[in-house]
Amino acid sequence: MQKMRSLFAVPYALWLMFFVFAPIALIVGYSLMDINGHLTLTNYQDFFSSSNYLLLTLSSFWYALLITLCTLLFGYPMAYCLTHLKHRDLWLMLVILPTWISLLLKAYAFIGIFGIHGGVNQFLGLFGIPARQILFTNFSFVFVSAYIELPFMILPIYNSLVEIDSSLIFASYDLGANKWQTFTKIIWPLSLSGVKSGIQAIFIPSLSLFMLTRLIGGNHVITLGTAIEEHFLVTQNWGMGATIGVVLIIIMLLVMGLTRQRKGGS
Amino acid sequence: MKKNKIATLYLTVMFIVLYLPIFYLIGFSFNAGQTMNKFTGFSLVHFQELFSDSRLLLILLETFLLAFLSALLATLVGICGTLWIRYTKKKVTKNALLAANNLLLVSPDVIIGASFLILFTVLGKVISGFNLGFLTVLLSHVAFSVPIVVLMILPQLEKMNESLIFAAQDLGANYWQTLTNVILPYLTPGIIAGYFMAFTYSLDDFAVTFFVTGGGFTTLSVEIYSRARQGVSLEVNALSTLVFVFALVLVAGYYWISQDGSSSRKKRKKRG
Repeated sequence: MQKMRSLFAVPYALWLMFFVFAPIALIVGYSLMDINGHLTLTNYQDFFSSSNYLLLTLSSFWYALLITLCTLLFGYPMAYCLTHLKHRDLWLMLVILPTWISLLLKAYAFIGIFGIHGGVNQFLGLFGIPARQILFTNFSFVFVSAYIELPFMILPIYNSLVEIDSSLIFASYDLGANKWQTFTKIIWPLSLSGVKSGIQAIFIPSLSLFMLTRLIGGNHVITLGTAIEEHFLVTQNWGMGATIGVVLIIIMLLVMGLTRQRKGGS
Repeated sequence: MKKNKIATLYLTVMFIVLYLPIFYLIGFSFNAGQTMNKFTGFSLVHFQELFSDSRLLLILLETFLLAFLSALLATLVGICGTLWIRYTKKKVTKNALLAANNLLLVSPDVIIGASFLILFTVLGKVISGFNLGFLTVLLSHVAFSVPIVVLMILPQLEKMNESLIFAAQDLGANYWQTLTNVILPYLTPGIIAGYFMAFTYSLDDFAVTFFVTGGGFTTLSVEIYSRARQGVSLEVNALSTLVFVFALVLVAGYYWISQDGSSSRKKRKKRG
């Protein structure tokens, strides 16, 4: 097969060149160019000297953190409970099923649910709570994002929990550990790899959810993704857009470094 | 006992939260009224609207055509990539190839979209007549689906017994025959799974398409986005009902395929 190797290499190498390396080179290149196409560092200077951009990065980071924490907080117990169910594969499938529906449709559903006359306000109205604006608030943005990302947290945690050898847990009880100790000393450390992949799968996309900030956040929340979209498609300032893109890539690499799985372990 | 009850309650609440928005959406597609607030009576009027909306139906058709085509091309490129990576002897090169392969999988959509937009604009300056449209969307969908295809096929190829290939060659098969009669049939479950993933990736994508679509070509996601920005239209609800049914069928199909694959693998194990 060695001889045919070079033949297979052609299409894939073309793909690598055009769609992996060239785009990265181009986005870095454009971030180093001003509007007239001259090589300069002004974009980066602007970015790091403008409180607007720095605040934007910080708030985007903060929202992504919030979304990730929410999914972890609600997803971990759910994954844990799921592993103890009788037909757990079937239930897991039901967790995955919503991910097959376009996130735009789910966001669209929340336009109806969170609307001023929508489902939630009608429900609260039953208890005499006056209708309030839920859509286009920071809360609705975090809620809807967490809702959409939840299955991607549950899935890896579930997988790592299922892999835990149950005799380890029995051993822990036999040795006199209570439920809490068993959880903190045995289950949590062993499921950490799942938690890490869950964080990776959610934190990075959360930085770039520009459609949700538009549809649900009502432009109150601006993430790095929204800023990139705006610079590329609205104000046509590609240099600055590419600069924010490079910052996003750097944050992505940092997050991946922090949540890296140790190789060869368990 | 008590803990079990709490767990059941928690799961029930979470599943309700998970499915309520979807059923809310579907429920109102049967609404006789025009809003997602008040159910004024059962009616199929929005489905009628949907089926007489030729623009939307055309977009639906084009979206599926795009998904079929891009998944097909991505699978072909992915198979080549898998074979290349598998038969790369040097460990360092292999790891580098794998890392490069996964780069697009972990990149945020916006970055992929923005960088592809730059790429296509630059290409458009070099090649005359190359504009944003169906072709650029197709190329991008192929591009971001290739890595997942490779990841679905590679583990199977790594597991494949090398002596099968030697046996084929001893029996006089040339490289092409070995590939089409031995390797590809062996990889079929992985290839189908990869095609499936590429297909759903393409159907699901919004952000990348949004960047590279220009004005002339629209996919379903982009269309839903622009309609949702204008407010509620129950035609979109009717559409999501159809999408949900389709997703159910796809999931069932996917599980059938994967169950089939694992059961035949088990059988093989028993025989061996």
